[in-house]
Amino acid sequence: MIITDILTGALRSGTSVMLASQGELISERAGVINLGMEGSMLAGALGGFAVTVWTGNPWLGTLSGGLCGLIISLIHSFLVLSCGANQLATGLTIMFFGIGVTSFFGRSFVSEQIVGFNPVPIPILSDIPFIGDVLFNHDPLTYLSILLVPVLWYVLFRTRLGVIIRAAGEKEDVLFASGINPLLVRYCAVLAGGFLAGVGGTQLSVAYTHSWVENMTAGRGVVAVALVIFASWRPAMAMVGSYLFGAAQALQLTVQQQGWPISTFFLFMVPYLLTLAALLIVERRKRSSMPEALGNVFSADAGG
Amino acid sequence: MKKRNTGWSWKTLVAILAIIVTITGCSQSGGSSLNGNSSSSSGESSAIGTGGSAVGFIFVGTKDDYGYNQAAYLGSEAVEEAFPDLKVLRSENVPETAEAERVMEEMINQGAKIIFPTSYGHLDPALNVAARHPDVVFFHQGGLITSDNVGTYFGTIWEPVYLAGVAAGKMSKTGKLGYIVSVPIPQVLLNVNAFTQGARSVNPDATTTVVFTGSWCDPGQQANAANSLIDGGVDVISQHQDCTKTIIETAERRGAMTVGYHADASSLAPEGWIVGSVWNWPDLFVDMTKTAVDGEFKGSIYDGKYRGTLADGVVQLTDFGKNVPEEVQALVEETKQKLLDGTVHPFAGPVKDQAGNIVYEDGYIPTIDELESMDFFVEGVIGTIPQ
Repeated sequence: MIITDILTGALRSGTSVMLASQGELISERAGVINLGMEGSMLAGALGGFAVTVWTGNPWLGTLSGGLCGLIISLIHSFLVLSCGANQLATGLTIMFFGIGVTSFFGRSFVSEQIVGFNPVPIPILSDIPFIGDVLFNHDPLTYLSILLVPVLWYVLFRTRLGVIIRAAGEKEDVLFASGINPLLVRYCAVLAGGFLAGVGGTQLSVAYTHSWVENMTAGRGVVAVALVIFASWRPAMAMVGSYLFGAAQALQLTVQQQGWPISTFFLFMVPYLLTLAALLIVERRKRSSMPEALGNVFSADAGG
Repeated sequence: MKKRNTGWSWKTLVAILAIIVTITGCSQSGGSSLNGNSSSSSGESSAIGTGGSAVGFIFVGTKDDYGYNQAAYLGSEAVEEAFPDLKVLRSENVPETAEAERVMEEMINQGAKIIFPTSYGHLDPALNVAARHPDVVFFHQGGLITSDNVGTYFGTIWEPVYLAGVAAGKMSKTGKLGYIVSVPIPQVLLNVNAFTQGARSVNPDATTTVVFTGSWCDPGQQANAANSLIDGGVDVISQHQDCTKTIIETAERRGAMTVGYHADASSLAPEGWIVGSVWNWPDLFVDMTKTAVDGEFKGSIYDGKYRGTLADGVVQLTDFGKNVPEEVQALVEETKQKLLDGTVHPFAGPVKDQAGNIVYEDGYIPTIDELESMDFFVEGVIGTIPQ
């Protein structure tokens, strides 16, 4: 069934983007925009892959991938929060740094084979005709990423920690006055974001493709940042946006396989066009739901 | 004189400029004196390609991609072994831009009189460098344009691909084959068509679903494509990509069979490997290098467009996988013999395109040039050529 194929593909292909976009969401809620997510994802993809090669344990790989992504975003947070650098420029620089560093160190891993994550069908649920294939026949990291969404929502909107994070992004003076250092909160948020992006990269290399090739994320990190805006900084919508992106990628393949005469060059654009269109549609609502401190970044203040 | 300016003084600027010009001038004269020495030290007019101390190879990717570049790398290793007096210079990850010119120039500076640009897109850079160094021989892989000192070589890989199609047609239970490719260049269309012709020669209802990924090596896209094809009922997957690992491993994990390309990757698919089409560059590279070193490039078979065939051993079939039955192996062998003695040609007319129009008339055998400029899909291929 075409619909089943597209939806299954949406989850398979969209999970890595989703993890990165949830991570970016935390970071932006605290008031820091991190365009270097692509670098964090690649670092996670390589780090996770490398450790899985060395230890044979994909869970250790996942942890390491997350840490590698975290380290990359540590550079970003240091430059932006402690040195006062422009957030957008720093993020882009980090992205290119991540691409270069991983290309260099990843050379010896290109032909390695790993015991990665394989799809684990959930016993009874995966037999349900339509939903079973779409939702319950994925690798462990995909399942975890789906569970992450309600957890993140709960933390952000129903706990004190969430209030603190959001305060850092909305009214940092008030947060400071209440005795908590907003810079510290932002550091933690960016690091958490980098960790999740790293796990997203690991999902791509250790779970989905079982390979490492330089620049294998092919822009997913950047799309993740765009999707956060599309999602109006809400975890559930970020998930929807990511799966929409994945679905567009799957759609491109399905169209080709059906033999429909749509130019593949046009089809390659579709996932990105969709993201762009989604952003434009949401544009009007966006300004009011953007964390205030993030608004400062976009009005060309120096941020921090 | 005692100005405490924050900006550069005029004198400083001139000094820096002078230093830069001197350094640049020195390195250039160094280079030209090297060339000057080599051409004056040989008494007679030396044939192109001779007198060098090195052979250069440039690759567009990494040598362990289980694919295109790995095959070329193996060829370079054979040259290294066969010519212990020649230093083998290699450069991987050379992009198909003017950067390639810089790399080739550097190799020539280090004494190379023979260069192997191994990627299709290295042709223009090679032609440019060749024009500046008429005493250096260039062997370009797959190109369609030659010059006085640039010869191109390739293999009629569609022959083993046709045979692989025969095997795939026999082994497929669903009759649906899949082909994952990057961009619609003639080489790619030719392979897909040869594969389909082979499969349909044993199963007239077989179809080949083609998926374009737009990239020569994007694992995410490759995994998407492989999964998508298998979801759609395809049970044999082949590909025309630079790196083959992701597709083969994905197919193996999901229980689909694999037909390999470029290199023998059967270790990645112990259960599902059917057969693969590979290049035998080692013997060819050694022969080409010998021809150049002996000063016999001009007028040789390599001066121009050289196409090694199945009969020449330049393109080959790998061994069969362990799950391929004897009768299928025998059928492929039989068909191979017919290819070799000319009773069968993968594209002997009548050949129809997807719309049902006859492209090659009954009894017509297309030339190699015609095949290498193929721009259509044969009947049985599902997929559109992007315009």
